[in-house]
Parts: sequence; C-alpha cells; structure tokens
Amino acid sequence: MSREATHRAIEAVWRIESAKVIAHAARLVRDVGLAEELAQDTLLTALERWPVDGLPDNPGAWLMTAVKHRALDRLRQDALHARKHEELGAELDALQSHVVPDFVDALAEASEDDIGDDLLRLIFTACHPLLSTDARVALTLRLIGGLTTDEIARAFLTPEKTIAQRIVRAKRTLGEARVPFEVPRASELPARLASVLEVLYLVFNEGYSATAGDDWMRPTLCAEALRMGRVLAGLMPDESEVLGLVALMEIQASRTQARTDAEGRPVLLMEQDRSRWDPLLIRRGLAALAGVERLGGARGPYALQAALAACHARARRADETDWAQIVALYDALAVVAPSPVVEINRAVAVGMAFGPAAGLTIVDAIAAEPTLASYHWLPSVRGDLLAKLGRVDEARAEFERAASLTRNARERELLMARAAAVGALP
Amino acid sequence: MRFMMIVKATHDTEAGVMPEAGLMAAMATYHEELARAGVLLDASGLQPSAKGWRIQYRGGRRQVLDGPFAETKELIAGYTLIQVRSRDEAMEWARRFPAPMGEQADALLEVRQLYELSDFEPDPAVGRWRALEAVRREGRRRDEP
Repeated sequence: MSREATHRAIEAVWRIESAKVIAHAARLVRDVGLAEELAQDTLLTALERWPVDGLPDNPGAWLMTAVKHRALDRLRQDALHARKHEELGAELDALQSHVVPDFVDALAEASEDDIGDDLLRLIFTACHPLLSTDARVALTLRLIGGLTTDEIARAFLTPEKTIAQRIVRAKRTLGEARVPFEVPRASELPARLASVLEVLYLVFNEGYSATAGDDWMRPTLCAEALRMGRVLAGLMPDESEVLGLVALMEIQASRTQARTDAEGRPVLLMEQDRSRWDPLLIRRGLAALAGVERLGGARGPYALQAALAACHARARRADETDWAQIVALYDALAVVAPSPVVEINRAVAVGMAFGPAAGLTIVDAIAAEPTLASYHWLPSVRGDLLAKLGRVDEARAEFERAASLTRNARERELLMARAAAVGALP
Repeated sequence: MRFMMIVKATHDTEAGVMPEAGLMAAMATYHEELARAGVLLDASGLQPSAKGWRIQYRGGRRQVLDGPFAETKELIAGYTLIQVRSRDEAMEWARRFPAPMGEQADALLEVRQLYELSDFEPDPAVGRWRALEAVRREGRRRDEP
C-alpha cells in the first residue's frame, strides 16, 4: 500500500472508530476534553506507526488498546504529580480511592456492551443541557460524528475559528462544572434524551435546508444526523422517541431528490414527483415507525411527526393523501407539543380534509399570536384558504402581506404570482 | 454515499449449501458491527439461481429463461448495502468483511458504488440559488402542511 493510500485508510479507520476511542478514554479519565486530546495523540501514533508496520488486522482494537495505555499513563502521572505536592504519602489512600475505580474499569477488557455504554455516555455528555444549542451541535459533530472543525465550519457556513472556540469553550464548561461521564438516571432521562434528540434533528434540518450551490458538507449533515440517530437507536432500543426521530429523518431524507427541480429551485411537498422518493429510506422509516408502535410510543412528538411524514409517504399521488388521518395526527401533536406552527399546519390539513372554512377558523384563532406577527407562512396559508372560499380581495391582500414578510426572493416571487393569479380569477 | 458489497456465487451457494455455523456467526457479528456504526442500510442472501429466471430481450422480442445459469462466478449470492462518508470508509468496511465462504475457501467480494443524488454536488448552473437560500435558512420551515 502506498504511503498516501495508507493515510487515507487511517483516516477512514479513524472516521469509523474515533467516537468509540474518545468514549473509552473518557470513561478512564472522566473528562471529555482530555479524552479527545488522548484520542488525537493515539491517532498521531497510528499515523506514525501504521505506514511503517502496516495496518493492524483489527485497527479498532489497536486504537482502543493504545488509547487505554495513554489514559492510564496520564492517570499515573497525575497521581504522581499530586503525590509530590502532598506533604507525605498519607493522602495516597484517599487518592487511590478516587483513582482505583477507573483502573478497575480499565483492567476489564472492554466488551461490546461496555463500548456501547461508553458511547452513550459520550452522546449524553456532548448534548448536556448546560451547553448552548450551538455548542452541543458542534461538540456532538466533533466527538460523535468525528467531523473536523473545518468540516463543521463549512457545514454551518461559520468561520472555522468560531467553531473551534465554541468547542474549546464547551469542553471547558463541562470540565469546570464537573459534569459526570454517565448516562442520566431514570428521573433525568426524558429531559436529557430530549436534548440529544433536539441536537440530532437540528443537524438533520441544517443539512436538509442546504441547496445545490452549497458546500457539499452541508447536505452530508443529513446523512450524519441519520447515522447518529441509527447508532442511538441501537444503543437505546427501548426508547420509542429515538426510533420516532429515526423514522422521521429516514422518511424526510427519502424526499431529498424530489425537493428541488432541475434548476435547483425548491419544490413543495404536494408538488413533488413522488417517483423520485427513495423507496428504501421510506421502507426503513416505516419499519422504524412500526417499532415505535410496538413500544407503545405512537403519541410522542417525534413519533407523531414521523407518522405525519409516513402519511405522505404512503400516498402514491398527492390527491390520495389521507387528510383526515393527518388532521387526527396534528390534533394529537397540538396536545403533546403545542405551538403556533403546529396550529398553522393543522389548519392546512383541516382545510384539505373538511373544507377551507374549517381551516380558516383555526387560522383566525391564532392570527393575533405575537410570535407569528412576522411569519409569512400565516398570511400565505390564510390567503390560500380565502382564495378557495372565493374571497379574492382578502386573499390577494394576504398573499401580498406574506410576500412582504418573506426574506427569500424565490418565495416572494411565488407569493406575488399567487397574488396576481387570485386577482385574475373570473 | 452508498456502496453495495456483493458476494459472488460459488458452486456451494448455487447448490444451496448453507454456510456452517462459524461462518454464519462471523457474518452476524460483522453485520451487527455495521448496524452499530449506523452505516448498514440493507443486506440479504440470495437463493440459488436454479430458483430464479431471466428475461432475455433480443431483436425486439422477450423470452423467459429459467435458471440455473451456468456462469456461476458472474452470479450473485448476497449483498450488503452501506451508507458511508467516503470511498475510503467503504474500503475499510469491505476489508473487514468476513471471508464469505469460510477462511480457507476461494470467494469473491465485489464492491460497487450506487449512483448518488446529483443535487449533492455543486453545480454551477444552480449556484445562483445559493444566495437566495442563505436568506431562506433564517425563516426555515418544514415543507409539509
């Protein structure tokens, strides 16, 4: 193997193994910042040794052993260093009582279960609510996704320096707060898991909003969020909301090819060419959703959104959409995760299922909502319902208002076209 | 990007000989590892070509040809579909694939990349949407009603 080929192979191995290597080190040193440093040192050793010695038969095990030795060395040094600064060896017992459990952990050969457990701890630590959302996202992509700072920066259209600082600060925050490296207890689990799922879905949506002209790193965020979701679903097979989020992402990802036209312009769901939806991802999404139902979690917020996506996925043509079912799902979503945006979407569904007058009633009920004052989607939906009711002047005014609120030129163009069209109706 | 790892058929697979327990276990372990890494999309073994058929298109006519087919090493015995971030990553996963017919037996694994979503690559013709979409990101909403 040429030197360059070896380097590329090492990089690929690192992509596959890095999260596990960091997680293993973090279990020993109980500090994700330090663990990442030790993992990086281990990578450097591999980059020195493997081109000379050849790739090990089991590169994952090689890296795990190497990082374990580094971590243990580090703990020994720290213990020694601490001892020198103590007056006598009297504190040694106390010190060992602190250090020993970690050594015991290390001595047992890490089983697959342990590795999974460590990885889960790493995910929960990276997504700790103590950190800002931006920090959680960056740290998760770095530690779990194995993305470089440069890749994260490109994906988020943010300067690399900003991302680097964000990651450094996040690691410092976790260290200073002495956040334990553990899976949260049952009482904390729902809130902590919600924080993890939020990060994954945010990463997914960031990638989903990417368009053809963007850096190729942006759309890969979708694939990475999906991958991390699948990993998490494997680690927490009984958590229905994890499966719900995976189902939602699989089904949304199935539409990627249909979401833009030949010129790269966005195509709305109801106008998409459904033959371009990816049947494999739909099948995977529906299977995950079936898993949610088996676990009795069909009423979870992600599960409901996945079920909504599934309704569209099951309709072979837009006019075969089961709007009554979609209304029922939005009704349920409005109970477990109420928001004005859910209400608007519910109004659209009700309009489709039971006629525009029924939809308009819902929209009018939230029209005064202050958080929606500058949200163009509300007048756009209202305009659509009014147009269907033949109230053309009001409809035109709403489309024009929506056009004035959107900052997207393409959307403004579409809304102005609708305003003109509704006026031109006989 | 997606890659299909294709196990080529052998006389044994064509004869419907089931793999021995050790090999089955190795395959299961490997596929579990793929699943744990979040890269496994699909995998399956195929029944012998004796149970399949071909449709031959020739001169504007089509004809059904029943299996088995003679050219064993051109046939497929199974596949594993993965989604990874790079060609090198696919190469590394392929390197870890257990010897498909057992450690000492001759076999062939072929890896092929699937066609990718064309919109994942920068295209100068559509680059002009980039500026518009940068604005759109702020007022993002899901595209379903």
